[in-house]
Amino acid sequence: MKRFWGFVLKEFLHIFRDPRTMLILFGIPIVQVLLFGYVITNEIKDVKIAILDQSKDHVTIELTNKIISSGFFILDRNIKSINEVEDVFKEGNVRQVIIFESGFGKNLKREGTANIQLIADASDANTANLVVHYTMAIIGDFVREQNKLTGSPIQFVPEVRMLYNSELKGVYMFIPGIMAMILILVSAMMTSISIVREKELGTMETLLVSPLRPLQIILGKVTPYILLSFINAVTIIIMGNMVFGMPVQGSMILLLAESILYILLGLSLGILISTITKTQQNAMFISLFVLMLPTILLSGFIFPIENMPKILQWLSILMPPRWFITIIKNIMLKGTGLMYVWKETVILIVMTSVFLGLSIRKFKIRLE
Amino acid sequence: MTLNITDINKSFEGLQALTDITFSVKEGELFGLIGPDGSGKTTLFRIITTLLLPDRGEVNLFGINVLENYKKIRQLVGYMAGRFSLYHDLTVEENLKFYATVFGTTIEKNYDLIKDVYCQIEPFKTRKAGKLSGGMKQKLALSCALIHKPKLLVLDEPTTGVDAVSRMEFWEMLKRLQKRGITILVSTSYMDEASLCDRVGLIQKGNLLSVNKPEKIITEYQKELLSVSSDNLYKLVNDLRSEKNTHSAFLFGQSVHLTRKDQNITAEQVVKYLQHNGHENIRVKVIKPGIEDCFMDLMNEEDEVLLSG
Repeated sequence: MKRFWGFVLKEFLHIFRDPRTMLILFGIPIVQVLLFGYVITNEIKDVKIAILDQSKDHVTIELTNKIISSGFFILDRNIKSINEVEDVFKEGNVRQVIIFESGFGKNLKREGTANIQLIADASDANTANLVVHYTMAIIGDFVREQNKLTGSPIQFVPEVRMLYNSELKGVYMFIPGIMAMILILVSAMMTSISIVREKELGTMETLLVSPLRPLQIILGKVTPYILLSFINAVTIIIMGNMVFGMPVQGSMILLLAESILYILLGLSLGILISTITKTQQNAMFISLFVLMLPTILLSGFIFPIENMPKILQWLSILMPPRWFITIIKNIMLKGTGLMYVWKETVILIVMTSVFLGLSIRKFKIRLE
Repeated sequence: MTLNITDINKSFEGLQALTDITFSVKEGELFGLIGPDGSGKTTLFRIITTLLLPDRGEVNLFGINVLENYKKIRQLVGYMAGRFSLYHDLTVEENLKFYATVFGTTIEKNYDLIKDVYCQIEPFKTRKAGKLSGGMKQKLALSCALIHKPKLLVLDEPTTGVDAVSRMEFWEMLKRLQKRGITILVSTSYMDEASLCDRVGLIQKGNLLSVNKPEKIITEYQKELLSVSSDNLYKLVNDLRSEKNTHSAFLFGQSVHLTRKDQNITAEQVVKYLQHNGHENIRVKVIKPGIEDCFMDLMNEEDEVLLSG
């Protein structure tokens, strides 16, 4: 056991001494999350909107002023009829149309509620979502202020409609996607490289001649990466939550457990890659081509699987990230338990055992 | 016998790397395996250290069959690979500590054994191994190979790429280790190092040509050896080689060592031949052969056998 921990300690020294490894391990996940996050959900500023005010009373004018003075929106035009909405969107400049019902102020006074309709151009799903959320926040603010002033509770009933892409697919897709990509990259690529490096440097020769058992060598090499990948997973979840408001509706423990399963899968893939390659470069290329590209292209991370040709759909069944993304999306967004993701979990377990079995069979106790 | 090697054959993808290698190493012996690059030294050592399996043949170490009991063997052997298996991003001390823990021991426990070697690099123990000079790397690698008190030390070309002074120091260290009862098997491509071993085996193209004590190899040398020099050494070698009576002509430093097919041809006749070819300041004298001359001769003979066969 002491031998084993000595080995793990050495492995940590390698990792902490090498700036490139540290960068890949900790810099890239953070940069990726921020990059993907901001590219997709950029903060909104000067978004053009149109307003259809069928009431034109002091309440609607005040609210309109508040929305426009917020700095997030620019009033592109006032429109006069509901028929113009479609045309406005088709021109492409306007991202949102706000519609006040007729008699807005009166209704408010009489019944305490009034209706606002927000219509967003959801062909850019993320912006649409953001725009609507910002507008709702401003309206909410306005309602609170009014309540304080008048004392009588009033309520706006906003009705939101997303045009062109009502399901808003892909909004929270990127956090699970990045997690799937980074975990498999770190665990598979880094371990395969670090094992192959020993071969390249000739130190594997000495390790093999030592009384260390092959399993000890492999476990010693892999253990630090289990820990580091886990830290990565947690970092991504926290960053997704803090920076982009990605919720974790389901059980955190289940989420972390699934992440560990996926990390183990990545590691067994990494070991397998290390047994079939001889140079670090080779290991890296295989990791990138076998792992990263399919993760991005075939896992449903960026392109929806339903839209792929049948062949690629079949191929995507073989992609571990596909199942992992489904699992964590379910847990994070829908808050489902193991009951709903057990099938995907079993698939991951089977894949892990196959890779592990293969790599144990292929690992050489000698040089050839 | 500590190490018995019987009839080892090994080929890589059809290329014969080792052919019928048989020899043994006695307990406490410093055995040298001498041969040019690519002669099969490393392959043979890897078979002895369980890293490769031979196609045919047997290796016995302390009565244990190496091929079947690789786990036992790995405790007994200290192996210093040709490329100094060191972690370049770890310091001198961390490297040593790592190998100590891997072999289930500590530096303190076996400090006595490695002191002689390690004390020379200890002042640099916080330096990264990658930043060491060749000689220091070699000493560190030796310390690492010694850290678990192996009974047999296998050193694959430990002096390659190391300066002459460090080489001499290294051999002195080996001699001291030998006195402490460690059997040492060392390979080298420097023929002058052969005389420092108790016995040497000469290997070429995967064939073991001769195994003997260095002084025996010299006394078995039958031919008369001439040392020839002139102003133009390059032309001298070529001229001597193109003379049909020349058996072999090799450049050794500032002179050419010459053996003749017909021993009746005198030194004067050689001088005449060279004068005829326009050489000046010609000096020819009979010298005693060194171990290198013997090796060159043995290798030459082997080549001829191979060519005619």
